Amino acid sequence: MTAIEESTGHFGPYGGRFVPEALMAALDELEAAFDAALTDPLFARELAELERDYTGRPSPLTRARRFEEHCGGARVYLKREDLNHTGSHKINNVLGQALLTKRMGKSRIIAETGAGQHGVASATAAALMGLECVVYMGLEDTRRQALNVARMELLGATVVPVESGSQTLKDAINEAMRDWVTNVDHTHYLLGTVTGPSPFPRMVRHFHSVIGTESRAQILQVEGRLPDAVVACVGGGSNAMGLFSGFIDDPQVALMGYEAGGEGVETGRHAARFAMGVPGVLHGARTYVMQDEWGQTVPSHSISAGLDYPGVGPEHAWLHDTGRAVYEPVTDAQAMEAFALMSRTEGIIPAIETAHALAGTMRLGSELGPDAVIVVNLSGRGDKDVVTAARWFGMDTGE
Amino acid sequence: MNPCTSTVFARARDEGRAVLIGYLPAGFPTIDHSIELIRSMLEGGVDLVEVGLPYSDPLMDGPAIQQAVETALAAGVTTSDVLRVVHEAEPSESQAVVVMSYWNPIERYGQRRFAEDLRTAGGSGVITPDLIPEEATDWIDATNAVGVDRTFLVAPSSTDARIDRVTRACTGFIYAASTMGVTGARTQVSSAAPVLVERVRALSDAPIGVGLGVSSAQQAADIARYADGVIVGSAFVRRILDAPNVDAAKESVREFAAELAVGVRTRA
Repeated sequence: MTAIEESTGHFGPYGGRFVPEALMAALDELEAAFDAALTDPLFARELAELERDYTGRPSPLTRARRFEEHCGGARVYLKREDLNHTGSHKINNVLGQALLTKRMGKSRIIAETGAGQHGVASATAAALMGLECVVYMGLEDTRRQALNVARMELLGATVVPVESGSQTLKDAINEAMRDWVTNVDHTHYLLGTVTGPSPFPRMVRHFHSVIGTESRAQILQVEGRLPDAVVACVGGGSNAMGLFSGFIDDPQVALMGYEAGGEGVETGRHAARFAMGVPGVLHGARTYVMQDEWGQTVPSHSISAGLDYPGVGPEHAWLHDTGRAVYEPVTDAQAMEAFALMSRTEGIIPAIETAHALAGTMRLGSELGPDAVIVVNLSGRGDKDVVTAARWFGMDTGE
Repeated sequence: MNPCTSTVFARARDEGRAVLIGYLPAGFPTIDHSIELIRSMLEGGVDLVEVGLPYSDPLMDGPAIQQAVETALAAGVTTSDVLRVVHEAEPSESQAVVVMSYWNPIERYGQRRFAEDLRTAGGSGVITPDLIPEEATDWIDATNAVGVDRTFLVAPSSTDARIDRVTRACTGFIYAASTMGVTGARTQVSSAAPVLVERVRALSDAPIGVGLGVSSAQQAADIARYADGVIVGSAFVRRILDAPNVDAAKESVREFAAELAVGVRTRA
């Protein structure tokens, strides 16, 4: 087993930099700025103040007393990232990278977005810090998430619909990379998850590690012990890495990730990279990729746009291979059942991404039994998903 | 046996001119037509053909090549088909064929197997635009073992230390990206190109091809003054996209190759 070599950007055989040479200087510059910021108390203070005064951190840890009746009696705690400004965990990473952008003397950020949560968070940080912001979004996704397109535009960002390829998140990333290589002297690519070339995976994890740090302190305070498991949904995997990072050195805590099983992994219409993918290279890193026998990326499918991605963060690939974390698929139907249950038992409408983690919690709780303590990352709120959910449950949407 | 890429460069150097390098994706618009179009390129006077391996996520390519590659993939082109295109390109004794490919299809095919099958098909080298030498340990071993040239890229943003590292890892020739950006014909080739070539020359004796944005015989002549090779890709693809039918496309490609071939001999 190879150790994690973060100095070269590798997690075992995964990660690295598979990028055009033209981007190497920018990645080196970013890495240097990030490493300098890590040891700069001024940066830490600036970020901590934003987290407290702007995001509203720390986010609460809420016991889900009625929901947990459906989880085999395990005690279930929700890490309330849905209560952050802009409604999800995404803001944690965006504020950190926006501060770095200013430190690097750059005036423009670009971002990719699927469901629009990262795009909205990026547009928000750009407005706050006076940066120009361009968000790439698959044409198909701009139609599915018209409300978030309007939010980004209200915040002063330019949304560019991407018409190439499958017109979804992976193509939006391609287009953002093309913009970056062209405008790299004054532009920072504010990548939204723990994927991409080094240093993005470890940098984005760092900016989300506040989730794990807070959760660990909060659960120790209320339960007087560590949880048996921490649970998160995994698209690219940033909310999961943030939570996992707080418990990764506690071997008694199981790390559980739930990826999108779509219509069922046997149907081929899913985003279950660990269940069905194989190691390969996508968007700058070696990781598990949904690909055909020739190495062409296979389009993913999920009811949740945020989990609808054929790759996954390289550190997750390493945690999977070493067995430190376990990843399981959750289908659209299972996620929507958990979505409804969370709404009706706790008065919290979760993002459909998050609902995958909740379905996983129900399954896991039954396995662990009534004495178990589980912390699940309630990574985002479901306002953006109301129309999708109403359609799923056959409600009248006025359409 | 076709010459290796360095022989093609050596011959052009003896003739006091630059090598003309032309790119077309395999399988565009169909596999058989792409073979005919590549033959037209060679007939027109391209010295070195880059056969593109279509990939689902071509993040270094602009609209023309994206469109061509999507067409090829929609028709189901595979890596085996690409190797067949290489095999049937039929270069003359003084011409050579290489493959240009994003990394994942090669890794999936098997690095050693790809190098071997390419050699068997008559290909002499591989250009990998999203692979840097640091990630290429196994690839360097495989290509060395099989005897296939490998080309990595340098860019205007590359530091001297990186140029040194990249050029040491190349065999055959070095690909100098003339500008910061994606592929696509431009009316002007960036002023960064001659500076970059000069910086590479200071660190390496290997031949240097300049690409990204070359679209006319005049540009080819300009670049031929300071570089060893002139690389033209999107402008060929654009000619095919704009042609009313395949026969017209073949004629257009042949004519354009002939114009560019004059350009690389003019060194205006």
